[in-house]
Amino acid sequence: MRETFAGAGTLVRLGLRRERWLLPLWILGFALTTYTTASAGADLYPDTASRVEAANAVNATASLVALFGRIYDPTSLGALSLIKYTAFMAAVLAVLMVFVTVRLTRSEEESGRLELLAGGRLGRQAPLAAALAISFSASVTLGLVTAATLAAGGLPAEGSLAFGLGWAATGMAFSAVAGVAAQLTTSARAAIGMASAVVAVTYALRAVGDLAEPGPSALSWLSPIGWNQQIRAFEGDRWWVLLLPLALCVVLVPAAFLLRAHRDLGAGLRAERPGPAVGALSGVRDLAVRLQDRTLAAWAVAFVIFGVVIGSLASNAAGLLSSANAQDLLRKLGGAQALNDAFLAAEIGIMGVLAAAYGLAAAGHLRSEEASGHTELLLSTATTRTRWGGSHFAAALAGVTVLLLLAGLSIGIGAAATLHDAGQIWRVTLAAVAQAPAAWVVTSLVLAVFGWAPRLASSVWGLLAVFIALGEFGVLWNAPQWLMDLSPFQHSPALPVDAGGVGPLLGLTFVAAVLAAVGFAGWRRRDLAA
Amino acid sequence: MLMAGVVEMRGVSKRFGTVTALDGLDLTVEQGEVHGFLGPNGAGKSTTLRLLLGLLRADGGSARLLGMDPWRDVAAVHRRLAYVPGDVALWPNLTGGEVIDLLGRLQGGQDPARRARYLALFDLDPTKKARTYSKGNRQKVALVAALATDAELFLLDEPTSGLDPLMEDAFRGCVRELRDQGRTVLLSSHILSEAEALSDRVSIIRAGRVVETGRLEDLRHLTRTSVTADVGTVPTGLDLLPGVHDVVVVNHRVSAQVESSGLAPFMKALTAAGLSSLTSQPPTLEDLFLRHYGAGRPGQERANA
Repeated sequence: MRETFAGAGTLVRLGLRRERWLLPLWILGFALTTYTTASAGADLYPDTASRVEAANAVNATASLVALFGRIYDPTSLGALSLIKYTAFMAAVLAVLMVFVTVRLTRSEEESGRLELLAGGRLGRQAPLAAALAISFSASVTLGLVTAATLAAGGLPAEGSLAFGLGWAATGMAFSAVAGVAAQLTTSARAAIGMASAVVAVTYALRAVGDLAEPGPSALSWLSPIGWNQQIRAFEGDRWWVLLLPLALCVVLVPAAFLLRAHRDLGAGLRAERPGPAVGALSGVRDLAVRLQDRTLAAWAVAFVIFGVVIGSLASNAAGLLSSANAQDLLRKLGGAQALNDAFLAAEIGIMGVLAAAYGLAAAGHLRSEEASGHTELLLSTATTRTRWGGSHFAAALAGVTVLLLLAGLSIGIGAAATLHDAGQIWRVTLAAVAQAPAAWVVTSLVLAVFGWAPRLASSVWGLLAVFIALGEFGVLWNAPQWLMDLSPFQHSPALPVDAGGVGPLLGLTFVAAVLAAVGFAGWRRRDLAA
Repeated sequence: MLMAGVVEMRGVSKRFGTVTALDGLDLTVEQGEVHGFLGPNGAGKSTTLRLLLGLLRADGGSARLLGMDPWRDVAAVHRRLAYVPGDVALWPNLTGGEVIDLLGRLQGGQDPARRARYLALFDLDPTKKARTYSKGNRQKVALVAALATDAELFLLDEPTSGLDPLMEDAFRGCVRELRDQGRTVLLSSHILSEAEALSDRVSIIRAGRVVETGRLEDLRHLTRTSVTADVGTVPTGLDLLPGVHDVVVVNHRVSAQVESSGLAPFMKALTAAGLSSLTSQPPTLEDLFLRHYGAGRPGQERANA
């Protein structure tokens, strides 16, 4: 027993050394955004009446309920202020913990670095134990720091602790999910994909569950993200719900160790099968497509499912408005059509951001291929730099566009079916495809950074996080308009797309083209960097 | 000289931040020769090859490859050369066969008969996924991909690292074949026996500079011959003779390291002393190498060598 975990302490130190910047920054980022939002909330909703009104409006808006969940105590300032944090940011936290756990397990194994260490006195279970120790402690630290800042910001101490521990338990649960996923696949990319898919599915489960009247249905209780909401911090503090994610850890952690005990170093669940002896790849473009086709297929399936669900919720949007005030507002806005549009526009906007994330990941191949030495091999052939770079860039842009087209069609078909209006297909698809130029800008940003400072290419993820934060919280934070305008998503036209949207779309496309040109210029003149 | 070399580098320098990787490097590889490019780890061998491939850009000096600019004329130059990197990285989810064919197509076509022949020669299974290949097998993938093309120039960066002795032997056969076909090979290596067995000429690189270049026979003149002789009476003052070093006398046996220029007077002295038996060992590339790096050879001072 001792032997199988030997060296885990050393690996924990190594892991903390490697993550010494990223983890503290993330923890700080989570705690600070939560704090500023909570304190801004107190100014926005100074009295109970304003809170109740806002809470009822949220609960009556299907898109908000689907995205963020319900408010169960309309008088609670904490619940209202932190509405975006119990499900949405909890999912972001879950993905962060997936990355941390896989980086410390399967990535190390895939790269062969673990083999180097395994030659020393290192138990078989030590790497997984060390990774879980780090991601669990990071989750708990993040939760406690957040709880402390919330309490310092003036929210009730008990609710703050419930909120923080909810995040901690959610982070731990998804670390355990990632720990299992890392045992099943041979590549880190696939492990991250698998665990992220679990995050997405559990997020969608609770969305559907939360939309049921009058409150969460059983579906929300099937989801760890749903559990985090059902702790109901600041609105009852149901501590016992914390036991659910902990119980999940108690099941998944031994399962991960069991899987590890029964497999070889570097192996997944399935033995590697032989492939074709003769290759059909005719060039770098084929290769670029081949390197991302499975990922794109997985994203496409997720987009279509998400799209059909969203689309079929469209008719609920108007029906969910119960209060007289809201009905009045609805009439002023132009009736049920406008409300449906607002709902669909919000969801399409989210698809646009997700498509940008795909573009960012796909364009990330530029850097990962260079760093792994694959590019050196290809550039030693008659392939030019422009051709090689163009192959990955074009594949990323095409992937983004295909995803948005699929999202538009599936939302449109769902909406057309529930609203009995075939015209929805066309206008919703148009609105979804109109999100593409903003996503292209993000994709091109990767190329621009890659061209001039290749080692910083992954920092564009941070920029995407800033863009998302500006879109979500910019108004709340009183961010100046010029800062908000830096986000490309700010300029994407909303449904319905009319002639007014053409200008911004051309502008975004132009910016993307300039960024790409800048990137190519740098890439053509710089040294290859390992 | 009417015909320029296949590789012509003059005073090439390359810096990475504060580190000088190449410091005025001169290198000429002639048409049709196998040129050994020798140096220890970190001397600048791979940097030189990457410069020649246009993967890195020189800070100074001039480099021509097949008469063209390696940085600007990438596609035109690369259509005529093949490269095997020292550390072969492959796509984990592609098979060896897929990688070989991809590289072949990007190169402008490879000969299926040669591809089959080299796969058999190196005993490589092309249906296996690259993630399951050992280091040696990854190296073989790159070797087969390069050898199956119809390149004029082969840039090989420590191509046998990870190969077993049997495969190394097969590789040597391949290089000799390339030379017989009139192709040019630049072979970087720190394995002296390999370079010695294959090279027509060698260049020795140290700290980013080529410190010695020439035919092996010529270079050998620069090094010392190891001589051991039995004589009747040991003459005094042997160690004072020019070009004679490390004289050790045990009873009637004299052994010494002698430079080419010092051989004649040394032998004359030994003959006069009643020479009865003589063994001499020709200088090896290793001696030459050690003279420039002075590592691991006790008692040999490198300054006046």
